[in-house]
Amino acid sequence: MTYIPISPNERDAMLKTVGVKSLDALFDAVPQKHRFPELDLPPALTEMEAASLLSEMANTNENVREHLISFLGAGAYNHYIPSVVDHILRRGEFYTAYTPYQPEISQGTLQAIFEYQSLMTNLTGMEVSNASHYDGATATAEAVSLAFAQFRGKRKKVVMSPAVHPQYREVVRTYTQGMGLEEVGDDVSIDPEVEPDAMMSLVDENTMLVVVQYPDFFGRIYDYTKLVEDAHAKGSLVCIVANPTAMVMLKTPAEMGADVVVGEAQPFGIPLWYGGPYLGFFTTKKSYVHKMAGRLIGETVDNRGQRSYVLTLTAREQHIKRERATSNICSNQGLLALAAAVYMSTLGKTGLQQVANLCYQKAHYAATELSKIDGFGLCFSDPFFHEFVLCCPKSGSEVNEYLLDHGILGGYDLGKDYPSLENHILMAFTEMNSKQEIDTLVEVLKEME
Amino acid sequence: MATIVEPTIFELSSPGRLGVTMPASDVPTTALPPKNLLRSELPLPELAEVDVVRHYTKLSKFNYGVDDGFYPLGSCTMKYNPKINEDTCRLPGFLYTHPLQPIETVQGNLVLMYELQEWLKEITGFEGMTLQPAAGAHGEFTGVLMMAAYHKSRGDAKRTKMLIPDAAHGTNPASAGMLGFSVVTIPSDARGNVDLKALEAACDDTVVGMMLTNPNTLGMFDEHIEEVIALVHKCGGLMYGDGANLNALLGIVRPGDLGFDVMHINLHKTFSVPHGGGGPGSGPVGVSERLLDFLPSPLVDIIEDGDDEMEPLYGFVTPKKSIGRMKAFHGHFGGGLVRAYTYISMHGPDGLKDISQYAVLNANYLQAKLRSTYTIPYDRICMHEFVAEGQFAGSDVRALDIAKRLMDYKFHPPTNYFPLIVHEALMIEPTETENKDTLDRFADALIKIAEEAKTQPELLHNAPLTTPFGRMDEVKAARELVLCCWLPENYETLT
Repeated sequence: MTYIPISPNERDAMLKTVGVKSLDALFDAVPQKHRFPELDLPPALTEMEAASLLSEMANTNENVREHLISFLGAGAYNHYIPSVVDHILRRGEFYTAYTPYQPEISQGTLQAIFEYQSLMTNLTGMEVSNASHYDGATATAEAVSLAFAQFRGKRKKVVMSPAVHPQYREVVRTYTQGMGLEEVGDDVSIDPEVEPDAMMSLVDENTMLVVVQYPDFFGRIYDYTKLVEDAHAKGSLVCIVANPTAMVMLKTPAEMGADVVVGEAQPFGIPLWYGGPYLGFFTTKKSYVHKMAGRLIGETVDNRGQRSYVLTLTAREQHIKRERATSNICSNQGLLALAAAVYMSTLGKTGLQQVANLCYQKAHYAATELSKIDGFGLCFSDPFFHEFVLCCPKSGSEVNEYLLDHGILGGYDLGKDYPSLENHILMAFTEMNSKQEIDTLVEVLKEME
Repeated sequence: MATIVEPTIFELSSPGRLGVTMPASDVPTTALPPKNLLRSELPLPELAEVDVVRHYTKLSKFNYGVDDGFYPLGSCTMKYNPKINEDTCRLPGFLYTHPLQPIETVQGNLVLMYELQEWLKEITGFEGMTLQPAAGAHGEFTGVLMMAAYHKSRGDAKRTKMLIPDAAHGTNPASAGMLGFSVVTIPSDARGNVDLKALEAACDDTVVGMMLTNPNTLGMFDEHIEEVIALVHKCGGLMYGDGANLNALLGIVRPGDLGFDVMHINLHKTFSVPHGGGGPGSGPVGVSERLLDFLPSPLVDIIEDGDDEMEPLYGFVTPKKSIGRMKAFHGHFGGGLVRAYTYISMHGPDGLKDISQYAVLNANYLQAKLRSTYTIPYDRICMHEFVAEGQFAGSDVRALDIAKRLMDYKFHPPTNYFPLIVHEALMIEPTETENKDTLDRFADALIKIAEEAKTQPELLHNAPLTTPFGRMDEVKAARELVLCCWLPENYETLT
């Protein structure tokens, strides 16, 4: 299959205009001994064959809509996506456009992302949102960079809660390995009796940022107002990593005083897609806008007096500032920010509240029923949203294996990251889980030996 | 007051209007958390589905994508995005698999990732490949982290200098800056190559490495590429390749064979993943043998060999001295890797070579047609793109004016003002998916614009005139910083 729309006659005419004899003759600058390698790749397929091959590969998987009942979350959630979302995303004007450097012919992308920024600020309660980051983990790492820039490198300590997603903590460490920071607080020998803000004792005058998650990785809802106050008293900034579906129902991180609110917006209209691409959102206070990385859309007018939108504050960015840039970021997750905007608009205030309420109700029903089974129980007593830690009579991996044999994708095995939680799994519930599915889970676990 | 062409989604909202709703709960009701844990208002829009569809459809019409027409944006490789990719990446088996599922249940995904890794290694000549990075700049950061880790692992702490040619993308120095390296700029010579003397003078035992785009942003394949790499290696530095311009090299030359140590690949450029109005991209990184142990974790590999009866088992491994994890989960699987896999599978070795040959032919053809009208400062056989000067002696018309005027001729403008080493640069990359007629019409438009620059310069200064929007007041945007909008007053708070 080829997508090259040039006939042999046209090719020859073009070669003549260029003044070379053959296509190969265009490459004389390439060292001869390495020129035109034979590539050992499978022969080309037609579209029909490729469609069939990919279909076969996809069918080798067991997916959470057709094969498995899923209670797996831990940073990626199985939500219903209204049909409208993908219909809009499939418009070639959106998905085949580049970054909107030419605003006169990019107002579609620009206004849509401006609206996305607005939706995210209204959801989080913060003043400013950028046009997005790669995912929740990298958005969290960018929050550390913001704090580093805010203190001009004079404060060097990041206090991270152990109840921040383990992979997010890993990414923060990868990102900051050249910055000479001290990262503390996420001792993974979790004691379930200890409050989520136990690491506050580590916050001192050298601390630039405290990072907590909301609801935290174990699903707990905790009001961080006091923690934020205490951190601010030491001069530190606070970043809250928040779940967008939970924020529809819960007190906003802005009300708690957070300086930066980031997170993973995959639950808002983006399929599980085996982990990506997702959508990292990043919101903050207006006073930090110059320290924020990523693209930013602002309102303006054109020379015909029409309200319009442009990329703004580009002086922070790599193509202007080069090695002094806030970050090396070039792209955002444009199309997925559009997906989130369409998702939020289509469900609207009411639909989103329904989604949040269903998640909450299903999780609490499941918690009640699971707690009745001998040997099982809820690990924490704190309020939770749609995820909780289930204490099991066996190791998490054994429980999950058993469930999988019964067509159930169990929870996240916490023993992998927290040695003290070996017999614990993190279970997630969304509007996609019917009562019947939950009852099946309970029945199957009752039978476990 | 500015005229509102299309209201925002907030302005379109009307209290009580319903869009998509959810089923009633089928479980016994649990009381909500205490009120002090709940939010007091949710100021989000309320619309019907039709309102949403018409709004975003209208917005889409203010956009210009590759599906609308020619998009010769230099260094961005805006090639046609095959429609089959849109179908394969949305197969239910890909859409609905969770990133933390047991590997036994996602062998289809893992086989796809493994084979794509192997194919990209074969195409680029590298020994190892990570699919994790989310975009080109993310891949660059990954690469620079590995370079730093490599030197550190050898106890070589004095290396703090990154050599970067003056023609480089802004992301290169920004990536080096993220590790605190100082950037030493290497000039280009008169033929658009790295200035060998300047490079030699900069090479010493404090060099981390060099970040080189080849072909560079002038569209020139460096005529001394082997000498350049040898100089960097000789002083103990590593050679980073910016793969932004890989579309010129498929089946032509493998960067790994030339001696590059590490390179990112933009799947959204070379391998037809659509740009999505700014993302998501996908930026796998290839490495030479000595950087294998530093690759980000996890990597896909065969963890149990197969035999006559059993398929091998694919899973994840962590390289010995891994720099760590670059993002959550496994990379841009659905949107990036599946599309790129589909594309490569449909091309095979000969098809890939065709891509680069025709990309280079198209660029040279346009260059030949424009040579007598526009100054081409580095004028030799180019690769997949070339740079012209968007200025004329005795005229106040600038590259920006030419770019904006092209919109009136229904073309997306080339990249302008980049690379920085060319005055009023117009960087033109036609890609292989344009036919001769389109290239002829584009060349004619640019030639006509050059004429207009002489006879009616105000036409160019005021352009575009026929697009739905005119030139924007960017100063106002930066000064007033209106970055979001709200619902009109008096929306209902939560009860």
